[in-house]
Amino acid sequence: MGSSVSSKPSLPDSSARFRHHLPPNDLRRPLVNEISQQLVNGLALGAVYALIAIGYTMVYGVLRFINFAHGDVFMLGSFAGYYLAPRVAQWFPLPGWAGWTLVMVLSMVICAAIGILIELLAYRPLRDRPKLTVLITAIGVSLLIEYTCQHKAVFGASQKAFPDLLPAGVFKLGGLSFNTTQFVVLGVTVVLLAALTFIVKKTRIGMAMRAVSHNASAASLMGISNTFIISFTFGLGSALAGAGGILYGMTYTGIDPLMGVNVGLKAFVAAVLGGIGNLPGAALGGMVLGVVETFAGGMSGVSTYRDGIAFAILIIILIFKPTGLLGSKQIEKV
Amino acid sequence: MQLFLKAPRALLLIAIVAAVAAGLCADLMNPYYRGVVIDIGIAIILAVSLNLINGHTGQFSLGHAGFMSVGAYVSAMITLALRQSMGADQLAWLFLPTLVAGGLVAALAGLLVGVPSLRLRGDYLAIVTLGFGEIIRVIFQNVEAAGGASGLSGIPRMTGLAWTFILAAVAVYVVASLVNSTYGRGFIAVHDDEVAASAMGLNPTRYKVTAFVIGAFFAGIAGGLFAHHKTSITPQVFDFMKSFEVVVMVILGGMGRTAGVILAAVLLTLAPEFLRSVAEYRMIIYALLIIFLMIARPQGLFHFERRKRSSAA
Repeated sequence: MGSSVSSKPSLPDSSARFRHHLPPNDLRRPLVNEISQQLVNGLALGAVYALIAIGYTMVYGVLRFINFAHGDVFMLGSFAGYYLAPRVAQWFPLPGWAGWTLVMVLSMVICAAIGILIELLAYRPLRDRPKLTVLITAIGVSLLIEYTCQHKAVFGASQKAFPDLLPAGVFKLGGLSFNTTQFVVLGVTVVLLAALTFIVKKTRIGMAMRAVSHNASAASLMGISNTFIISFTFGLGSALAGAGGILYGMTYTGIDPLMGVNVGLKAFVAAVLGGIGNLPGAALGGMVLGVVETFAGGMSGVSTYRDGIAFAILIIILIFKPTGLLGSKQIEKV
Repeated sequence: MQLFLKAPRALLLIAIVAAVAAGLCADLMNPYYRGVVIDIGIAIILAVSLNLINGHTGQFSLGHAGFMSVGAYVSAMITLALRQSMGADQLAWLFLPTLVAGGLVAALAGLLVGVPSLRLRGDYLAIVTLGFGEIIRVIFQNVEAAGGASGLSGIPRMTGLAWTFILAAVAVYVVASLVNSTYGRGFIAVHDDEVAASAMGLNPTRYKVTAFVIGAFFAGIAGGLFAHHKTSITPQVFDFMKSFEVVVMVILGGMGRTAGVILAAVLLTLAPEFLRSVAEYRMIIYALLIIFLMIARPQGLFHFERRKRSSAA
C-alpha cells in the first residue's frame, strides 16, 4: 500500500503530517486540471461527510436532538473494517471486490447494531426528558466510546494504517482522473443514497419514518410503533456512518479513535448547512462542505485555517439562514 | 444559597481576608499542594462563571475553554510585553489590571458569541459555542504573536493563593448576588421558560448576552490566572475537553446551584490527584458519570432539597 499513500488527498485533520500532498507531476499540470482534480478530491471527502450527515439528519428528524456519538459510530466503522479485512481475507478467500463488499456489509451491520444499542441503553431512558439532558448524555456516550477505544486494551490511542482493500488503479472520465478509491467512494455513496431514498420514499417502513418525523404522537395513534421506528432510524443512520468509516479509511489510510470527533462535527455542520431533518439537504451540504474545505486547503494563506472553515460556515448559516439550504421553516408552538 | 442572601458582603469580606491570610502563609506550604489549591481556585472561578450561563440562564455553552484561552493569551502577552521594560515588583502591581484586561477581551468575545446565539436554542447553541471554541483555537494556532502551535512560554509565575481566592470569592459573590437580585431573577425566568419570560416583559436576549459577557469575563480572569500559574500555554490546552471538564463540574454540582458547583469544582480538581494510578480511566469514569447522572439524577449529585423548577431545560 505504501506507494499509493502519496497520491491520497490530505486528511481533514489539523496534524501537519498530513498536509495537502499531490504527486510531483501534478504540480506541472495546468490550472484547470488542478482545479478539476481538487474538485474530485473535494467530492470524495464530501461523500463521506454526506453519509455521516444523513445519520445526524435522520435522528434529528425522529427525535429532535443531535446524536453527538454519531461521529464515533463512524470511527467504529473504520475500525470494524480494519479488524475485519484480514480475517475476511483469511476465512473467505474471495477475489478483491467480493471480499471488499463483504467487509463493507459486515461493518455496516456492526455499526447498525452499535447504533441501535446506544439508543436502547442511553437515549431510550431519556425519551421524555428535556432535550438538553439528552444532549449531555450524547456527549457522555461520545466520550465514553472515544476514551474506551483509546485504551490500550481496546484499539490503543495510536494511529493505525487502514489496509488496502482494492487494487490501485486510475480511471479517466472526461478530463477528470479518479483513482480506484475515489471512484469507489463516489460510486458507493451514490448507490447508498439511492437505496436510502428508496427506503424512505417507497417502503412502508420509510413511510412510517416520515410519519414519525412529521408528528410522532399522531404517528403512534395511527398504529406506528415509535420505539421500533426510532431503533430502525438509528440502525440505518449508523450503517451509513459505518460505510462512511470504511470509505474514509480507504481514502486517508490513517485511522485513530479520535477521528470521529472532527469528521463528526463537520458532518453535523454539513447537515445544518443542507437544512437539518432534510435528507437531500444533508447530501448536498456534505458535498458542498467537502469541496469548500478541499479548495481552501489547497490555497496558500487559508490552508492553515482549514479546520475553522466548517465552523465559520456553521455560524454564518445559523445567523443568516438557520433553516439551511434546503430546509423549510418550522414554527415553534408554545 | 440562603447564606449569600443574608450577608453576602460580609461573606465576601471574610473570604477575601481568608484568601490574603492564606496567601501570607503560602510559603509554608509544600509547593505541590499550593499548586493544587491554586488549581482548585481557578476551577471554582470557571465553574461558577459557566454556571451563570449553563445553570442559571439555561444556555448550554460548550465553549468555556475558548473564553478562558482569550483571557490567558491576552494577559500573558501583556505580561510578556511589560516585562521588557520593568522589574518584578512593578509587574506584580500590574498583575490585577493585566488579568482584568484579559477578562475584558474575553468578555468582548462573549459578546461576539452571545449576539449571534440569540437566534439559537439548546443543541444549536451548544454546537455554535463548541465551534467558536475551536475557531479561537485555530486562530491562536496561526497567530505568530501568540506563538503559533507551540504557544507562549516563560510567563512569570505571578498567580498566588491570595489573588486566586480573592478573585474566586469575587466571582462567586458577583454571580450569586447577581442572580439573587431583582434584575437577576430574569436569568432564572429565561432559563425556566423563555416565551413566558418575554410575555412578562423581560428581554431574554439581553439576559442571555449579559450572562455570556459576565461568564466570559470571569473565564478570562481564570485563564489569566491559569497562564501565570502554569507559566506556559499552548492552544491545545484549551480544547473541547477543557470545556467539557467545566461542564461536568456544573452538571455534577447541579445546574444553577452555586454551593454544589463549587463543591464539584473542588472534588473534580482533587480527584485526578488522588486517582493518579488509574489516570487512563479518568475520562471513561467522567463519561460514565455523566450518562449515569443524566439518567438517574439530572438535578446533580449535591442537590437534596426538592425544587419546583426543573434542573435542566
